[in-house]
Amino acid sequence: MPTSTIPVPASGTQLLDQLWACQNARGYIRDEDVEACAAALGISEIEIEGVISFYHFFHRRPAGRFTIYLNNSIVSEFKGFERVKAAFESATGAVWNGTDPSGLFGLYPTACIGLSDQEPAALINFQPFTNLNSLKVKGIVAQLKNGVPAESLADEIPDHIRYVPDGDKAIFFRPYHPGSAVVKLPAYSPGQVIDLIRQVRLTGRGGAFFPTGLKWESCARQTNPVKYIVCNADEGEPGTFKDRVLMKTAPGLMIEGMIAAGYAVGAQQGIIYLRAEYTWLKPKLDKTIQQFRNLGYLGEDIAGIKGFQFDVRIQLGAGAYVCGEETALLNSLEGKRGEPRTKWFYPTEKGFLDCPTVVNNVETFCAAARALELGAEKILQTGAPDAPGTKVLSVSGDCRLPGIYEVEWGMPLGKLLDLCQADDPHFVQISGPSGICVPAAQRDRLIAPSDLSCGGAVMVFNADRDILRILTNFNDFFKHESCGVCTPCRAGNFILQRKLEKIEKGLAYEDDFKELIAWGNIMKKTSRCGLGRTAPNTLIAALEQFPAYFAAKAGNKGDGLNKNFDLEQAETAYDQFAP
Amino acid sequence: MANTITIKIDGREIPTEPGRNLVTVAAENGIFIPSLCFYPHIEPPLGTCRVCTCRINGHFGPACMEKTREGLEVEVNTPDLTDTRKALVEMIFAEGNHFCPACEKSGDCDLQHMGYEMGMSKLRFPHLFKDRLIDFNPKRMVIEHNRCVKCRRCVEEVLTSDGRRVFSFCNRGNETVVGIDYDAEAVLSEEQAVAAMHLCPTGAILVKGKSLARPFGDRRFDMESSKIAAPGQPEEKEAQPAGELERKTIATISLAGCFGCHMSMLDIDLGFLDLIELVDFNKSPLNDIKEFTKICDVGLIEGGCCSSENVEVLREFRKKCKLLVAVGECSIWGGLPAMRNMIPLEECLEEAYLNSMSSEEGEFTVPYHEDLPKILDKVYACSDIVKIDYFIPGCPPTATHIWKAVRNLLWNEQYSVLYSEFKYD
Ligand SMILES: Cc1cc2nc3c(=O)[nH]c(=O)nc-3n(C[C@H](O)[C@H](O)[C@H](O)COP(=O)(O)O)c2cc1C
Ligand code: SF4
Ligand code: SF4
Ligand code: SF4
Ligand code: FES
Repeated sequence: MPTSTIPVPASGTQLLDQLWACQNARGYIRDEDVEACAAALGISEIEIEGVISFYHFFHRRPAGRFTIYLNNSIVSEFKGFERVKAAFESATGAVWNGTDPSGLFGLYPTACIGLSDQEPAALINFQPFTNLNSLKVKGIVAQLKNGVPAESLADEIPDHIRYVPDGDKAIFFRPYHPGSAVVKLPAYSPGQVIDLIRQVRLTGRGGAFFPTGLKWESCARQTNPVKYIVCNADEGEPGTFKDRVLMKTAPGLMIEGMIAAGYAVGAQQGIIYLRAEYTWLKPKLDKTIQQFRNLGYLGEDIAGIKGFQFDVRIQLGAGAYVCGEETALLNSLEGKRGEPRTKWFYPTEKGFLDCPTVVNNVETFCAAARALELGAEKILQTGAPDAPGTKVLSVSGDCRLPGIYEVEWGMPLGKLLDLCQADDPHFVQISGPSGICVPAAQRDRLIAPSDLSCGGAVMVFNADRDILRILTNFNDFFKHESCGVCTPCRAGNFILQRKLEKIEKGLAYEDDFKELIAWGNIMKKTSRCGLGRTAPNTLIAALEQFPAYFAAKAGNKGDGLNKNFDLEQAETAYDQFAP
Repeated sequence: MANTITIKIDGREIPTEPGRNLVTVAAENGIFIPSLCFYPHIEPPLGTCRVCTCRINGHFGPACMEKTREGLEVEVNTPDLTDTRKALVEMIFAEGNHFCPACEKSGDCDLQHMGYEMGMSKLRFPHLFKDRLIDFNPKRMVIEHNRCVKCRRCVEEVLTSDGRRVFSFCNRGNETVVGIDYDAEAVLSEEQAVAAMHLCPTGAILVKGKSLARPFGDRRFDMESSKIAAPGQPEEKEAQPAGELERKTIATISLAGCFGCHMSMLDIDLGFLDLIELVDFNKSPLNDIKEFTKICDVGLIEGGCCSSENVEVLREFRKKCKLLVAVGECSIWGGLPAMRNMIPLEECLEEAYLNSMSSEEGEFTVPYHEDLPKILDKVYACSDIVKIDYFIPGCPPTATHIWKAVRNLLWNEQYSVLYSEFKYD
């Protein structure tokens, strides 16, 4: 094929789109594609290779006409991952992490795809397939072989909104009419929008709970005339799917929040960084953006405000949890490896393309839009005294009603467990692997910034779920998703894994548990970004909160001088040579 | 000077100008902040190694990322911070495959240097022994991925004359490597390539035919510490005669080692005659006594464990010696024999006995007999098998280092181990 037909990026910001075009055209990125991209950008090929190899969904070898990504999160693991994997292997003939001989199917593991309420789930050509079992897998594969396109076989994804607070207190999941927030803007000056956001004490819903008003204000202060609003729709924290439901039920709400932010800080361009796992949501977002343009909510002189222009585009990610970290996300938007930046500049000073940039989570923008629409007073009537408003939680795991719970800040953990009908909860994971675990018996703990400040994921596990398996799954996740740039996270997660293996083999002592905590704390203190800083959280919390479980796992100390060393195991490799 | 501010490091007030790099200012004032990826001319700093972690106005953070400003208060040398930084250097050693005695950069290597400055004699972490490639494909260079610490310097600084990068990080997580662009590398001049070799803080970038090796003693980190000795402290402490010395018993053994450490023990020359006035050697290859006849005060272990026999002997030493000292790199973590730890044992044996050039025609078996010790799947550190009380690094450690340590253990004599005696090669 002549080189001229290869799409080439005009600048780094288009690189991801171009690589997607190449990837989608043939199921992999060819040498010619790499050459063409490098030549177009005037950079070395190794830089392009560096970008490609960073993202899980880019392949340098054919990955099948139907590429299957089976979610290997802990919820999926407990709900039958192994069986589903085996079913895919036998039905497609593909090897795990590879393709079948004909190249029709590719079969790969992938981190949480935001469907924890319907696991085991997989993406086939980025279309969602949920509640999988062997039978269902056989049926799907047979149909695909018969030429039925994946799109028409994909599951309709239910929203599973299980709970909203009584008495008209819902903020997110209440009826939505496009434009209800934007039409309020003319009554406010940009500074007053920021005041409103401060007044409702909105804090970031991406997990870090940074005061949104402060962030907007510091961006507004910058004199650079070009500014950006970025919506973080990367939702990569395993067990989290609240942004999926927010975007699916009311995509306009999020966009209105972005418009308000653009107005408040003086930005002209909004970018939604949508994780590739949510490619199936993109048509709906595209449609909403077009609808907003038609309604005059995007474009020039928005809502009649002279000179206020703002537009939104979508950038698709390519499979990297760390790209949810805001500075990694900015690098990714620029077509680079998604490595978090150093803290030399704040994004509000120098963000996307070195311009002042506000990065907020989907839910944060939705909340900002509702604050405009409903007014501060209404918001301040809900929630806890120190945290007004509600929080959207995604509940999954061992409960009968997994799904979305919009709760007022301050709800006791026990009440949530009752609501989701967790029959025998034992281990509750708050905010995903990077959060902490709590014994379910601590029913009085509050879901609130002052206690369990939950970023969005609540995973419930029964007493018969092995804690070590949970920890090992989380460790694997971080080990894979670490960007690899700093020592403590790149090497630390790898080192913790060795220790976990030791526990699993029954070779660990009490001292090993103490070391795990100490080593985890070193990672927390020294890692460059939140990934490494939070990766050991659950491990440390589990060791502290479930001492009996670990005491039972501790090996016998012997005579105190000889260590637990499995000589027989160490000899097995050689024993194969026995005549 | 109008533009003078005062910052505080470990309680000491230091006048300086605003906006300067903390690591630099600290160094100018005699305060050593370890660093592996800080180069004053690169801005923003690379911030990858985290070895410079300090407490900055109460929060942990990398010192190299800090600019001086009014109100800056930094803690550098508290016990927890010193330990944390040491842990990071240990992590880097544990993650890579660093066989210093076989490395071209040894003696001139920044990573090794940090190990020396921190007095790192063994790692608290398990060595990961990840199998990595050595890339001989480039025209001029060899990329030794086992030694790269991912500092990122080459990515930023090694460019072709037309400004294209020669290196880029590839993959992610613990699979991250610096990838090299063969085309870009090929257009580098010899000088540019050699400059790249020199700017790498470790022995990861080599240029074919341009050996780095310099004689021992002449290398950058052979003789003197970069730390400024605390004022009033003599470099070397003299032995404090502890009066009449009680006679003690020593046992020694070479497990999976090369006998180099035993050679080094003999290297005190005539000093050995003094020594045998004071100690009896029990089980030891030095006197060829094969069985323990009593409980010994100290057991000196050379070599790690590569066979079931090594494990058995080591366990016996643990039972028969009050203190066990791991002498040398092999004993401490496996050392050079552990080069096989990245490769499955099956492949090592097949290579050695079946496919090697010296194997006889028709020789199809790997020796295996009930009388032969069993070869373990990998080479283990002695401390993986039994509790080891002390560790003396070096390959081999110098004779003075060994005997200073042993005399200290036996009679509590006080010595300081000199910077020039504490080595990994
Ligand atoms: C490893 C890592 C992953 C993250 N992933 C997400 C994410 O998927 N979505 C998100 O909104 N924020 C994520 N964050 C938080 C962002 O860095 C940032 O704080 C957030 O987008 C800011 O928006 P907010 O203030 O509205 O929460 C992540 C942070 C880290 C360290
Ligand atoms: S903490 Fe992990 S993800 Fe974050 S910069 Fe370091 S290596 Fe990358
Ligand atoms: S000299 Fe440096 S690069 Fe070489 S093996 Fe030792 S620590 Fe690694
Ligand atoms: S090759 Fe050398 S300069 Fe480049 S990242 Fe590795 S250690 Fe640093
Ligand atoms: S020297 Fe500061 S992070 Fe490496």
